[in-house]
Amino acid sequence: MQPLEPGRAVLEAQGIVKTFGQHKALDAVDFDLRAGEVHALLGENGAGKSTLIKILTGAYQPDGGVLRLEGAPVTFRGPLQAQDRGIGTVYQEVNLLPNRSVAENLFLGRQPTRFGLIRRKEIEAQAAQVLAAYGLDIDVRAELSDYSVAVQQIVAIARAVELSGKVLVLDEPTASLDRNEVERLFDVVRGLKARGLGIIFITHFLDQVFELADRVTILRNGRKIATQDLAGLSTTDVVRMMLGKDVAFDHHPSGLGESVRGAPRVTFTGLGRKGGVAPFSLSMHEGEVVGVAGLLGSGRTEMARLMFGIDTADGGTVVVDGAPATIRNPAQAVAAGFGFCPEDRKIDGIFGDLSVRENIIIALQAKLGWFKALNRDEQIELAGRYAEALDIRAADHDMPVKLLSGGNQQKVILGRWLAIDPTFLILDEPTRGIDVGAHAEIVRTINRLREEGMALFVISSELDEVVAYSNRVVVMRDREMVAELTGENVAPDAIVQAIAGTLPAATPIAKETQP
Amino acid sequence: MTRPTAELRPSSSPPAAPARPVLAFLARPQFLALGVVLLVNWLLFPGFFDITWKDGRLFGSLIDVLNRGAPVAILAIGMTAVIATKGVDLSVGAVMAIAGATAAVMVTSGQPAILAVAVALGVGLLCGLWNGLLVTALEIQPIIATLVLMVAGRGLAQLITEGTIVTFTDPLLIFIGTGSALGLPTPVLLALGLMVLTTLIVRRSALGLLIEAVGVNRSAARFAGISAGVLLVLVYTFAGFCAALSGLIVAGDIRGADANNAGLWLELDAILAVVIGGTSLMGGRFSIPMSVVGAMIIQAMNTGILISGFSPEFNLVVKSGVIILILVLQSPMSASLFQRRIRAVKSEGGQP
Repeated sequence: MQPLEPGRAVLEAQGIVKTFGQHKALDAVDFDLRAGEVHALLGENGAGKSTLIKILTGAYQPDGGVLRLEGAPVTFRGPLQAQDRGIGTVYQEVNLLPNRSVAENLFLGRQPTRFGLIRRKEIEAQAAQVLAAYGLDIDVRAELSDYSVAVQQIVAIARAVELSGKVLVLDEPTASLDRNEVERLFDVVRGLKARGLGIIFITHFLDQVFELADRVTILRNGRKIATQDLAGLSTTDVVRMMLGKDVAFDHHPSGLGESVRGAPRVTFTGLGRKGGVAPFSLSMHEGEVVGVAGLLGSGRTEMARLMFGIDTADGGTVVVDGAPATIRNPAQAVAAGFGFCPEDRKIDGIFGDLSVRENIIIALQAKLGWFKALNRDEQIELAGRYAEALDIRAADHDMPVKLLSGGNQQKVILGRWLAIDPTFLILDEPTRGIDVGAHAEIVRTINRLREEGMALFVISSELDEVVAYSNRVVVMRDREMVAELTGENVAPDAIVQAIAGTLPAATPIAKETQP
Repeated sequence: MTRPTAELRPSSSPPAAPARPVLAFLARPQFLALGVVLLVNWLLFPGFFDITWKDGRLFGSLIDVLNRGAPVAILAIGMTAVIATKGVDLSVGAVMAIAGATAAVMVTSGQPAILAVAVALGVGLLCGLWNGLLVTALEIQPIIATLVLMVAGRGLAQLITEGTIVTFTDPLLIFIGTGSALGLPTPVLLALGLMVLTTLIVRRSALGLLIEAVGVNRSAARFAGISAGVLLVLVYTFAGFCAALSGLIVAGDIRGADANNAGLWLELDAILAVVIGGTSLMGGRFSIPMSVVGAMIIQAMNTGILISGFSPEFNLVVKSGVIILILVLQSPMSASLFQRRIRAVKSEGGQP
């Protein structure tokens, strides 16, 4: 890899146009990437980010405009050619072979061979050497899947850089990483920047943009809005450029915690599961949002799964609107009027091949049973109503839901549960990995549902967000509910202290004895 | 690695809603394939399309195709529901043998025929229930779970017949296999009736959608409150029932129960019929009538090769060639080629 002169443009795009049918995905977009910089690419879903990236990495051919690599015009006939010319890409989901060794993954497709046989020892030695430069001291003979997503991600980066070496495209690399892993990844990226690579960074986390990137290019509706140095910009500036309007989350309205509570809608007493969550008791009232905070793996999701009957509780009781209920599977939970938007919407949420319409009506249909089928007109009406209420952007409701963006898919799942008119709604990380516009829409919806009297249980890693809509916050630590914060304690500082176990004012939860 | 190819293409072209649904239905590649196979049959045997009325029923090669294809068509109806849930049922051929053996042994030992038929169908339901429980309660992969009965079932059938071919002269069983009503052979009427009834039940109720949901994403189905386990037991039980009905037809046709050969390898024809009909082995969207069309394509080939005088060995080679052709026509690549051609034609200003 020859050293690159920092500050010089490595990859330039001028007047890029790309149309799909009638739709102009990119309209005369300019972009330039310098050696030795991290350049963030921002925009709402549908702004043209992924189209631009696909053109820069050779997956799409532009309909107009010029690409220049180190000053010379280039055309890429495919991703492989772009990769050979120096442009490597790492995606959110690691695109490597989990069942092969780390070393094999690094050198896949270009293994050093002798007489057609792969020289394994040499590969392993080289792999260890390469990864050492990325701060990884791991057994390169072990299977890739033995390591955490963060390590796999770094291996993917190492592979991309070793293959290409001029430009590195990072497409949502941090979406499935925890805070420490993100730090580790960023250290690697900073190292590559110092080596003179041009790095394009795509993410939904604005704070990470400010932490890592030098410049930012913002797209909206297929046009470039600005390319600017990040120094001197505020988050609000960036969000305003992305949305073209001012957005502000409704911040924790004063007195929300003390407002007169409605009647309890759902009460869990002594619910717990061995190896899952220690028994907890919690009551959700009419018009109340209970936020859940805690580190990854602290038992937040496990708590929600118990409530919804996905995991079966060892003991405890459930009372819904004053009457005892049995919830041993999700079907019973749905019958009791519960809804659950799961954390991993691809695996547990969407039916990719089914239409937007069918995805919206499916829970209501499951609740109605086999023989009370919703007819086509009813389905169209329901889908239309919730698509409008949640601003779901789909060309038509008969298209497969897998073609929608992540944010729109999340809104479809939310609409699915609103369609059953739930008494109690569980949302597990409802805003993870979705764009700013959809994010604001979901936060607005949570607030609206609370005002309409629904009881909600919302898990989120974003403390600002939890605080913005919760009346109460329960804190999980080591698979146990350790604190319940109300009133002025519903604030990021207090939550952090409760997670860390240093909040004096919080009432510790009395340990339940299992019946 | 289940990234669907459709996602990789620019998302601009979901197929436009057809103005004339009946025409769009008939424009599917399966009908084209069926037409071509029938046409080739006609070229090889000019009397192929002749139909005559004799003794109160229709006769002719086309009727033969329907009649001979009925057992596989009935299997394919049950198999479609199973495959839509991302499963497969390898045991249907063996269940045919069990049902045929049960009915034959009962009538030869003097039981009333109607009871024999009912018990045979009941045994089919039980076999399906067994498969369904293995798949849901024990969470065994369908291909392995049904392999158990595929192997054991033929043994069971031989135990029932005590190793002999049990022949019978019972008029009801013979009617099921070779009789006729309303001018059509009984097997054709049974297949047609089952197809219409099943399609109506599945599409008028929510069963079709819920089965598709389980097939597309079983985990999401659970989260959405769908009782996937009950549905799975239901589809395997139904497949068992279809197999038993098919087994009765085959036994009635030869007036005997042959535990070794009844329904042998027919599970593979049934799977093939479903796949030709356009239901993906990955589960999800399914169409029962199209699976029946698939069964008819297979039978039209069999019949064509037999009546044209080629040796039956030739059958297998020709069959595989036609299958490859149909699968290519159905592939996403040829679909996009088709669309490009249509667009090109349209952009020439609509001139014929």
